[in-house]
Amino acid sequence: MITIENLSKIYGAQQVLNIENLEIPTGQSFGLVGNNGAGKTTLFSLLLDLIQPTTGHIINNEVQVNTSENWKPFTSSFIDETFLIGYLTPEEYFYFIGDLRGQNKADVDALLAQYQDFFHGEILGQKKYLRDLSKGNQKKAGIVASFIGNPKVVILDEPFANLDPTTQIRLKQIIKDLAAQQDVTVLVSSHDLIHVTEVCERIVVLSKGEVVKDIETSAETLKELEVFFGSEKTEVVVE
Amino acid sequence: MFKRFSSLQWKSFFRSSNLGKSLGIKIVMGFFGVYMLLSLAVAGGGMYFLLKEIFPDQSPMWTISQYFIYWILMELFLRYFMQKLPVMDIKPFLTTPVKKSTIAHYILGRSAASIYNLLTLFFIVPFAIVLLFNGYPVLNVLLWIVGIIGIVLSINYVNLLVNKNDKVLIGIGSILVLGYGLDYFGVFSIKEFFAPVFHALYAYPITVLIPIAFAVAMYYVNYKYLKNKIYLDAKLKAKSVQANTSDLAWTKRFGEMGSFLQLDLKMIWRNKRTKSQVYISLLFVFYGLVFYTQEIYSSMMPMKAFVGIFMTGIFLSNFGQFIPAWDSSYYSMMMSQNIPMRKYLESKVSLITVSIVAMFLLTIPYVYFGWDALAINFGCALYNLGVNIPVILYFGSFNKKRIELDQSPFGNMQGASATQFLVMLPVLIVPIIIFSIFYYIFSLEVAVGVLSVLGIIGFAMKNHLLGLITEQYKKKKYGMIAGFKEKAS
Repeated sequence: MITIENLSKIYGAQQVLNIENLEIPTGQSFGLVGNNGAGKTTLFSLLLDLIQPTTGHIINNEVQVNTSENWKPFTSSFIDETFLIGYLTPEEYFYFIGDLRGQNKADVDALLAQYQDFFHGEILGQKKYLRDLSKGNQKKAGIVASFIGNPKVVILDEPFANLDPTTQIRLKQIIKDLAAQQDVTVLVSSHDLIHVTEVCERIVVLSKGEVVKDIETSAETLKELEVFFGSEKTEVVVE
Repeated sequence: MFKRFSSLQWKSFFRSSNLGKSLGIKIVMGFFGVYMLLSLAVAGGGMYFLLKEIFPDQSPMWTISQYFIYWILMELFLRYFMQKLPVMDIKPFLTTPVKKSTIAHYILGRSAASIYNLLTLFFIVPFAIVLLFNGYPVLNVLLWIVGIIGIVLSINYVNLLVNKNDKVLIGIGSILVLGYGLDYFGVFSIKEFFAPVFHALYAYPITVLIPIAFAVAMYYVNYKYLKNKIYLDAKLKAKSVQANTSDLAWTKRFGEMGSFLQLDLKMIWRNKRTKSQVYISLLFVFYGLVFYTQEIYSSMMPMKAFVGIFMTGIFLSNFGQFIPAWDSSYYSMMMSQNIPMRKYLESKVSLITVSIVAMFLLTIPYVYFGWDALAINFGCALYNLGVNIPVILYFGSFNKKRIELDQSPFGNMQGASATQFLVMLPVLIVPIIIFSIFYYIFSLEVAVGVLSVLGIIGFAMKNHLLGLITEQYKKKKYGMIAGFKEKAS
């Protein structure tokens, strides 16, 4: 589904990302881990054509991301709260995204109904604008909005951060269900090794912009990751 | 403690991240500020002679007293828009061993030193100096100034108490209009009623105690109120308004563009800065009166073209110059969502088009000043539609500065850069030059005709032009995304 070739991003003299080759097959649930400044958000921003690659390119379902816009209809994402429109209520925001993705009100309502538990009664019907919701609730709205319109590729940056324990558990289930669908590719980044090993079939570790580990998730994966990050403490990471 | 608070204030200004970046803008703003203060001072100094000439048989002091009630109401009205309550920055002090009473005194003390309080003084003091030179008694005049300071401070503290209450604003506005109406039509003379009240401040120096006592009382009420409200969940909490949902179903008729149009309308209505922008635009309908009612301008046709471009295009320039920065806080979402750039721009075009048509309709009453006025405004509206819309959209692609939507537009230069000054050149100056050339060589009819034809040509080429602009926006996309992410304080 996604092919990354010779991709690099350089700011001034600092190389923040350098990936020679990375293939993500259709339907895989892909986890990205790494310390601060490892290049996770840079990679996701490149996937969404929000920044320009210094060299190389990304191909998303046969569309080269930085030259054509045709990847947009089947790709959706939630990177941070700048993806929310603060002066809309959550409902209006969902319907707006629905509009963009060719879903009418009824379609969106049907989708939202599935996430009643996840919302925990704090999102819908609150008569509040998104800008007035708490960080955690904003995140819930943003994550669910990225599921609207049957996307084939879903990109979530740090989806577990800022969420309460109950919601984290529910979100894990939601991502698992999503990944279980054969044709949906899910990309998740996280600082939380436990969550990411539970949810993803494959985990890639980034360090200083380079892929240092690429593992199929198994019972030993969590241990392996903990050992890896435990030994990395001597390195000073520059943000 | 006061000293420490003030030094922190100082640092927060000089260390703010956008100080260096927009120093140029600060200088321009500072220049305008000084210019305004100077104009006020000159006006204050000249007011004595002006009043003497207009009302030769009454003392200028009496005339000033007559209008003072309007001054107070106007100031209350304007302060609603302009004055900010300086409370948000004290959050970090809540957990430090600083007494709440000290914090409250500091907030109130600081608001007394606000620039808005100086404005009146810059007018009053030169006026008083001229009075002294003309043989008015020194003691009376000096105490009169003290009395005025008392009134200004009272206004300041009343405004803090009112705290941006819409109802009060509407109330003050209606009293202002109603009072002036009563005066104008001679039903009841508010002026004559209040003149002795304010004149007393000058005539009987002892009365100076009244405004001072009032200011002190207001300070005390504020202090009492504030001291009990310095909690995170009370005064310091940013107000969250209850959302009013409306689905604006009629926008669906515009097809694909409908959802963007709906988004823009919601943006305009639900954010302070854009909403004020609309009100300001509507007020500018009256701008033409300045020129049309004065004899000096009656033969200066280019001035009328300027007014025409300005009135029909005020929303175009106010709103248009910051496209797409209005969407800056969620621009990366817009760019990764399923949105074709062209549709996005087209919706902005239709919004501005509607505004121009609406503003033109509102200016139709100028036909009272002759058919020329209507013709000029019509030509200008066409020019705005056909030429200025593409021009302003094109310049918009150079915008890279973030705008926080929920801040007041007054004196707010957020999002402004050299682009905003540059864009005024083609939008305002070029049509006036074109108009003047054809007007002076040929005639009014030809000049209006040329503006209209240019507009129609632009309109006919709309699709082609929009295509070019779309390409430009695509090229500038990455710079915009990066720029909009930088939060300016």
